[in-house]
Amino acid sequence: MGYHISLLLVVVPLIAAPVAAVLPRGRLPWVLSSIIAAVCAVLAGIQLWVVLNEGTILYELGGWEPPWGIEYRIDAVNAFMALIVASIAAITLPYALLSVEREIPTGKIPLFYSALLLCFTGLLGITQTGDIFNIFVFLEISSLASYALISLGQDRRAFTAAYQYLIMGTIGATFYLIGIGLIYSQTGSLNMQDLASILPDVQQLNTVQTGFAFIMVGVALKLALFPLHLWLPNAYTYAPSVVTVFLAATATKVAVYVMLRMLGTVFPQGFALTTPFEELFIVAGMAGIIGASIYAIYQTNIKRLLAYSSVAQVGYMVLGIGFASAAGLTATLIHLFNHALMKGALFMAIGAIIYRIGDCRMEQIHGLGKAMPWTFGAVVIGGLSLIGVPGTAGFISKWYLVVAALEQQAWISVTVILLGSLLAVVYVGKVIEALYFKPVADTNKVVTEAPALLLLPTWGLVLANIYFGLDTDLTVGVAEKAAAALASLAETGK
Amino acid sequence: MSAEILLLAPLLLPLIAAAGIIITRHTPNLREGVTLVSSALIAILVVVLAARFMDGEIFTLTLFEPLPGIAIAFEIEALGMLFALVAGLLWLVTSIYAIGYMRGHNEQNQTRFFAAFAISIAATMGIAFAGNLLTLFLFYELLTLATYPLVTHAGTPEARKGGRTYLGILLGTSIGLFLLGILVTWSLTGRVDFQAGGILNGHIDPAWAGLLYALFLFGIGKAAVMPFHRWLPAAMVAPTPVSALLHAVAVVKAGVFTLLKVTIYIFGGEFILSNDVTGGLIWVAAATILIASAVAMTKDNLKARLAYSTVSQLSYIVLGTMLASKSGLVGAAMHIAMHAFAKITLFFAAGAIFVASHKKLVSELNGLGRAQPVTFIAFFIGTLSIIGLPPFGGMWSKWYLALGAVETTQLLLLGVLMISSLLNIVYLLPIPIRAFFSKPPNGEHYTKVAEAPKSMLLAMVITSTACITLFFYPDPFYRLAGLAAGGY
Repeated sequence: MGYHISLLLVVVPLIAAPVAAVLPRGRLPWVLSSIIAAVCAVLAGIQLWVVLNEGTILYELGGWEPPWGIEYRIDAVNAFMALIVASIAAITLPYALLSVEREIPTGKIPLFYSALLLCFTGLLGITQTGDIFNIFVFLEISSLASYALISLGQDRRAFTAAYQYLIMGTIGATFYLIGIGLIYSQTGSLNMQDLASILPDVQQLNTVQTGFAFIMVGVALKLALFPLHLWLPNAYTYAPSVVTVFLAATATKVAVYVMLRMLGTVFPQGFALTTPFEELFIVAGMAGIIGASIYAIYQTNIKRLLAYSSVAQVGYMVLGIGFASAAGLTATLIHLFNHALMKGALFMAIGAIIYRIGDCRMEQIHGLGKAMPWTFGAVVIGGLSLIGVPGTAGFISKWYLVVAALEQQAWISVTVILLGSLLAVVYVGKVIEALYFKPVADTNKVVTEAPALLLLPTWGLVLANIYFGLDTDLTVGVAEKAAAALASLAETGK
Repeated sequence: MSAEILLLAPLLLPLIAAAGIIITRHTPNLREGVTLVSSALIAILVVVLAARFMDGEIFTLTLFEPLPGIAIAFEIEALGMLFALVAGLLWLVTSIYAIGYMRGHNEQNQTRFFAAFAISIAATMGIAFAGNLLTLFLFYELLTLATYPLVTHAGTPEARKGGRTYLGILLGTSIGLFLLGILVTWSLTGRVDFQAGGILNGHIDPAWAGLLYALFLFGIGKAAVMPFHRWLPAAMVAPTPVSALLHAVAVVKAGVFTLLKVTIYIFGGEFILSNDVTGGLIWVAAATILIASAVAMTKDNLKARLAYSTVSQLSYIVLGTMLASKSGLVGAAMHIAMHAFAKITLFFAAGAIFVASHKKLVSELNGLGRAQPVTFIAFFIGTLSIIGLPPFGGMWSKWYLALGAVETTQLLLLGVLMISSLLNIVYLLPIPIRAFFSKPPNGEHYTKVAEAPKSMLLAMVITSTACITLFFYPDPFYRLAGLAAGGY
């Protein structure tokens, strides 16, 4: 038995999604979604435990043997990603109840939860599957659901943001699909393990190399690699608060996972290094860290500020991949997890402010720190984690990333990483100053602390930021195992 | 009590006190009671710890291991004990003073003030007892963050600007340079623990060691070595008790203390001496001493003058540290204590003048000695101790610093120390002289004694008496300094 959990992780939310849509208005759709997310988080936890203790899980869908059938192949990387996605969903959904009732028209709430569950299904599916075409299918499921979710934002600009994301996301997915097609034309296989054994023989072919390039660019669009990030700031800014929390903490992470999987498992050892991917990734990563951080400093909408910060954080992850070493991959995987924690906490805290005053522009939030001390505390600690102050999860990420850079004597990267932290001091400082020092606007004199149902999940993530800054057995331990599973990228004689 | 509990108590107690201060916020008397009781307990604790430490007891504690091979760990060694002793004793005195000051001055947000103050003390103790560089760095950053609300306490645009400079420079240098130094150390040696004799020897090309040392020297911004000293004058917008304890004692001494730790336990004195690691850098400290003294002379604002005096005095310690000879290190370590007692007296006096007479400028102090005799006598004693005259504690540290310069035949540096002592006389001594001997302006007459609240006077009397006592009885600090310096 046991191993059915890998399939259940995808099937359970998939079945729940249409059910949520037909449930009566009221709180039932929320109850169902919350239960499903919690169940998935538990399943993902068990799955990770099984993988760590008993080794890789193989699951043949419908009993069809690979490479003909679709195979789920769960190693430490998948299991780690699935746990991130599922636990973020499980902690976001309790938060969703009040925020969604405030921001989404009542009639659309069941559909909202349905779309959220579909998006969740898609993201989990990507992490579970061992088939590169199946990844495309799940990528589209999650993307289509997220276009719908973003367009539900209160601001009319949410439509253009969703449309922009739709166009860019489709281009990315199409590139990915073209890449798969090219690879398939030369290998006749879509199964990752199968490809890994066939590709070494055909890797010199131009078609394969072109396919690789298409896949990389397509995925880079999805993970908002600078300068392909243009869809992200608008999407995060105008989406409903809950959607921003969920997407910021999971969607780009899953895209980074796909990138890692392609480089680390599908394409043969040393292949990536025959392409200019290393230089491109390091340059794009560094440009992202600096460029997006500077953009963040000049934003007047806090969600947009944090969105640009996310682009910068993706830069850190890509930089870690670009080092093409075990240490670099470990750093990337740790940051995947830690960044989900910090951005989740920050967007939740901002969502609580939006819940109270309906706005999150810099001049509107002046002085709210005193009226909303717990929300303010969450912003401060989340911000410190983003900067990378010791004692927070963010510090652990930065530490591993800089050690990975020092290992290769990449002094420019070291400088850029630390400079990124300093720029984060500036933009986080701006938010804190606005919340703490500026006099309260007249319209906000009667604002009170956010309700407990919003604060508890927020603080759950805030405390996780501190916990994983002090006890890294889970994050570092799993990330090291996962990096080892992506061996073909890591052990390239670096 | 077991060694572990005793070691953790000075860290946890202020945190508990901070919680207690917030809980009792509606009854100010009870709230101040929490502050006083906890600071008294800390003072007793550090004395007990020091006594047991000097009896040879060993205090170590490992909490958890966030990074493989690097734990959050605490260990008491001589230098940390000295620093904790100074900070712990002076917190009690400052608490007495602060209560009088905050009430006498009707400050807002007193709960936030006392809570942040207690957290700052916890961070200071964490720095003092840190068992490795990472733990030290953790509390170093915590101290920066916990003191930020204190610096910006007034909430005025000026305070905010000061706070921005404060946070910008301290976080900027610590993340940009100090952390880099730690990471480079880690990647070279695979360890960041403090070890007598240093851990770098044999792992680094001596030619590069100077560069790494520069990362630490400038990265530890709290040591206020030029050009990263600007945060210290900027921090003077804080209420005076903060300037007194934190920006004359805890924060700045945390900086020079960290540098001393790095010098003794990461580089190792012998490694520095035999490879001349600090040969060029030492002139940065020398220049800071002289330039800051010169700037101090131009400042009419009393607190600004004291701030630049602090910048200059800190570089005494930095200079002694970089001499890396035994006397230099002893002098540096002792100056942490001696300068603390003297400078806190000066700041206490400045605050007392402000509360009683609302004067901030040196030029306004003419004749004020008649109205505030106790304040200015205390100020006078503090001044003499800073200058380094007998019979005041400041003499001993200067003595060893000078000896260190002679030992390493750096006669030019000896000259710097001597010139700086003269400059101290020029910018500090006129202040009490004006107060006692000059005529007040506009024919005003100070006939009545109008002193600050009694608790503030009491604090000043305690610290100025300590300045004298330390001349006759420097033994505990001398022994601790000697233990630390002999550690290589």
